[in-house]
Amino acid sequence: MTGHPPKTMYDKLWDAHVVVPESDDAPAVLYIDLHLIHEVTSPQAFDELRARGLRPRRPDLTKATMDHSTPTLPPGPDGRLPYASEASERQVGQLARNCAEFGIELFDFGSDRRGIVHVMAPELGLTRPGMTIVCGDSHTSTHGAFGALAFGIGTSEVGHVLATQCLLQRKARTMAITIGGTLAPGVGAKDVILHVIGKIGVGGGTGHVIEYRGPAVRAMDMEQRMTLCNMSIEAGARAGMVAPDDTTFEWLARAPRAPKGEAFERAVAYWRSLASDEGAEFDVEVHIDASEIRPTLTWGTHPGTAIAVDAPIPPANDPVARKGLDYMGFQPGETLKGKRVDVVFVGSCTNGRLRDLREVAGVLRGRRVAPHVRMLVVPGSEQVKRQAEAEGIHEVIRAAGAEWREPGCSMCIAMNGDLVGPGQLAVSTSNRNFEGRQGPGARTLLASPLTAAWAAVNGHVADPRELFPSHEQSEVA
Amino acid sequence: MQSAAATRPAPPRRDPLVQIVSRSVVLPQTNIDTDQIIPARFLSTTTREGLGRHAFHDWRWLADGSPNPDFPFNRPENAGRTILLAGCNFGCGSSREHAPWALRDLGLRAVVSSGIADIFRNNALKNGLLPVVLPEPVVQMLMRRPDDELEIDIATRELRTPDRQVFHFPLDDFARTCLLEGVDELGWLLARENEIRLYEERFHAR
Repeated sequence: MTGHPPKTMYDKLWDAHVVVPESDDAPAVLYIDLHLIHEVTSPQAFDELRARGLRPRRPDLTKATMDHSTPTLPPGPDGRLPYASEASERQVGQLARNCAEFGIELFDFGSDRRGIVHVMAPELGLTRPGMTIVCGDSHTSTHGAFGALAFGIGTSEVGHVLATQCLLQRKARTMAITIGGTLAPGVGAKDVILHVIGKIGVGGGTGHVIEYRGPAVRAMDMEQRMTLCNMSIEAGARAGMVAPDDTTFEWLARAPRAPKGEAFERAVAYWRSLASDEGAEFDVEVHIDASEIRPTLTWGTHPGTAIAVDAPIPPANDPVARKGLDYMGFQPGETLKGKRVDVVFVGSCTNGRLRDLREVAGVLRGRRVAPHVRMLVVPGSEQVKRQAEAEGIHEVIRAAGAEWREPGCSMCIAMNGDLVGPGQLAVSTSNRNFEGRQGPGARTLLASPLTAAWAAVNGHVADPRELFPSHEQSEVA
Repeated sequence: MQSAAATRPAPPRRDPLVQIVSRSVVLPQTNIDTDQIIPARFLSTTTREGLGRHAFHDWRWLADGSPNPDFPFNRPENAGRTILLAGCNFGCGSSREHAPWALRDLGLRAVVSSGIADIFRNNALKNGLLPVVLPEPVVQMLMRRPDDELEIDIATRELRTPDRQVFHFPLDDFARTCLLEGVDELGWLLARENEIRLYEERFHAR
């Protein structure tokens, strides 16, 4: 027996979750193992359940937290949280009421496990290899870092999952992105994913599930893999994933909600079987050499406008590119290096984890944020905040003149009052540089935590490889 | 069981969508993201209604709140048009269903582009907003003739121009049936109860 044809990891996850196979007439019914919800995209779904007299089919498989509309400043003297608006406060309150009414576990204010949904679920070990995971949030692709099939859905589908624990899905095409070689000092997962999006384009992944492979991906820790998978949607991909390995299992061994003891050993044996088989075929294959990736930022108004920090902004060949340049106030041929910066934001589901904050603290220790720069550092979760504070990271950040905030999405989506001002230029570790994303008229350069921190110190965009003089010497030698 | 089912409100059925006949509004920009369609600061709502006035908010309204006269949706000749012709990769970005809610509330029934982002496309179909993907040269040609009255026929998956050009667009059989017959996807999923229960039993057995 030569056995079955080799399968990709996506094929395996898909096959394991098919309730009703797809046909020409209808999409597949796919079972969902973990459903995450937050305050912004769930209220109308609960209303739909009420209107139809339905209850959640598996309330135990849905977990809730609040992150988008939540203030990142502590409660005022009256004990009340400083919400940006009554509507925001009402929305957060409605999530709490919906969870209570429908029996869904909520990681609320006061829980030491609250956080950005894509930060807190992996911390808890809710996110595990082999799972199907959905959330009314496009950055659900983050969870693919664990070898899960994880993707964002709309609010109608949030209702579908609540009511049936299933979704109607057509199978996607597959794309393998292999990152060979080793990343240079000063270059991280954020630079890799910006480089990838720059290469395949902001719509280059449409209709595809991406699997990230290769030595440079294997060498990444879980936090870096989450950064990588997080921005798959910025290339238009349905999901991004990395095959689970010992790095994954070590993370899960420490996660409180992951299986324990013998159950964990059994799970690991299953998880090891999930990687794409030798010889599995992908619809599209992309190869990138890690050594060609430099610190990368965006110059325009979508994440596909990624270039190296010292590369010239490309010429504007059409009115659309011209529009992006006009909005940003840049000229072709200029480099981003040297651009004067008004705001630096560190945080978000892309780069709001402990590793990111350690990198930022490493840059800021013994240095000051330039006087004209406002810098905001927002931990991705209560756990990240606690651990960072245990290491004294908050003191380094405050001593440098930056603000240390409470966990939440904050300035990435700018729903909670944390805004970049009109016309201001921000270097952000977040994931979207769309017009007005960080506030009306705000201009955003997406970058890694190292690049963001180094820009804050210099007051302008600077090359974080300057922080690694031994690397430059070795290059010269 | 039966009595519980009997007390349930009847599943809502959507109005069928069979044909769209309209002139077009043109937004030639590529990569129009969901933050342009409906900026995040308007997502604090807990209902689906009333988002149309914030559709394309930062392009449509000037800083003082007055209409931007250059923006196509503010031009009097475009009033009542239900087809949007947009640049490639329309609807990229977030999963917010507020985007199709806002466009429907603005009066649109179809978005025609050479590329439509996956999640937006999915959300649009659930809200009676038809995503029509056609080759870039066809979209470019249509953009030059926004005053042509276009006919989009869902049963035949055709877009027709007044000079009798016919263009076929891809539309999943299931999506087509749902639109034509006003089938409710959640109702359809709920009817798979037996298969879902069997899957759960099988899963727990392994």
